[in-house]
Amino acid sequence: MNRTATAQGRRMQRRQPSAGNRIAGFFGELLITLGILLMLYVVWELWWTNIDSAQAQKEVTANLVQELGDVKVPEINEEEEEEKDYGPAPVTELVPGETFGIMYFPRFGANGSHHPVTYGVEDHVIDNLGIGHYPTTQQPGELGNFAVAAHRQTHGQVFWDIDKLQDGDKIYLQTAEGYYTYTWYATEIVAPSNGDVLLPTPHQWGVEPTKSILTMTTCHPKYSTQQRMIAYSELTDWRPLDAGPPQEIRDMVIDATS
Amino acid sequence: MYAWIFRNLPGPLWLRILEALILIAAIVLLLMMYVFPWLNQYISPFTDSTIGQSTP
Repeated sequence: MNRTATAQGRRMQRRQPSAGNRIAGFFGELLITLGILLMLYVVWELWWTNIDSAQAQKEVTANLVQELGDVKVPEINEEEEEEKDYGPAPVTELVPGETFGIMYFPRFGANGSHHPVTYGVEDHVIDNLGIGHYPTTQQPGELGNFAVAAHRQTHGQVFWDIDKLQDGDKIYLQTAEGYYTYTWYATEIVAPSNGDVLLPTPHQWGVEPTKSILTMTTCHPKYSTQQRMIAYSELTDWRPLDAGPPQEIRDMVIDATS
Repeated sequence: MYAWIFRNLPGPLWLRILEALILIAAIVLLLMMYVFPWLNQYISPFTDSTIGQSTP
């Protein structure tokens, strides 16, 4: 009895704060709420967007894999197979809005990574679907510049490890035409406005391209959009889908397409 | 504000705690799935990775 009475008494006291107290209390709660909202936004940006992106990438990759058909891994002598030259690479014709390939990066992450490549670099593409292709640049296999963009951080952080590329590193692109092998040769950091890197021959206006290159653009430094990191690779090899994936990414391809 | 909401939840104390937790979870999910993706069109601190062209 006594305890209840005391509790009630206390509640009575609490129920009649001064007007100033109530206003201060209200603003206090408002500020706490704002703080929590901001923290949640950061959590969403840094963590949740990666999960959303991974899910969306998985879906488009699965769809593409169905179109490409089963991966063929021929049972021939491997060394012989690697040396075989299949001639010049054909051009993969790109259709607006379509996801047309899967890129494999043996250098990225602990055991390499792979991501779908989609036509266009609008937000809805690179926020959700991994890698986007600049439609104003050349197609895979064409002479000139096959340029793509992806996020450095958040939304899948596809190009997080782009600064780790080193001599001899390969980047592979699997499309309906086959497997394109690109060999990394240079990385540079430029201003975000520097569109010259997308020219058929980067930085050189009006120069006819003599080789096929892959240009990857992303943010730099990490957690900022101050600059862009640009990684260049040259098309060094190609093989048809029937020949099976190149040795280095055989397991990755099987993993990605099963 | 929060004290008022908590006082006005129905049921005994344990149920009100449960209700409060569910409310919090619902609000967080709503923010994560709808509000923040929508907000992201207007404020994106570090999500512009393209170069040399105005992204739509």
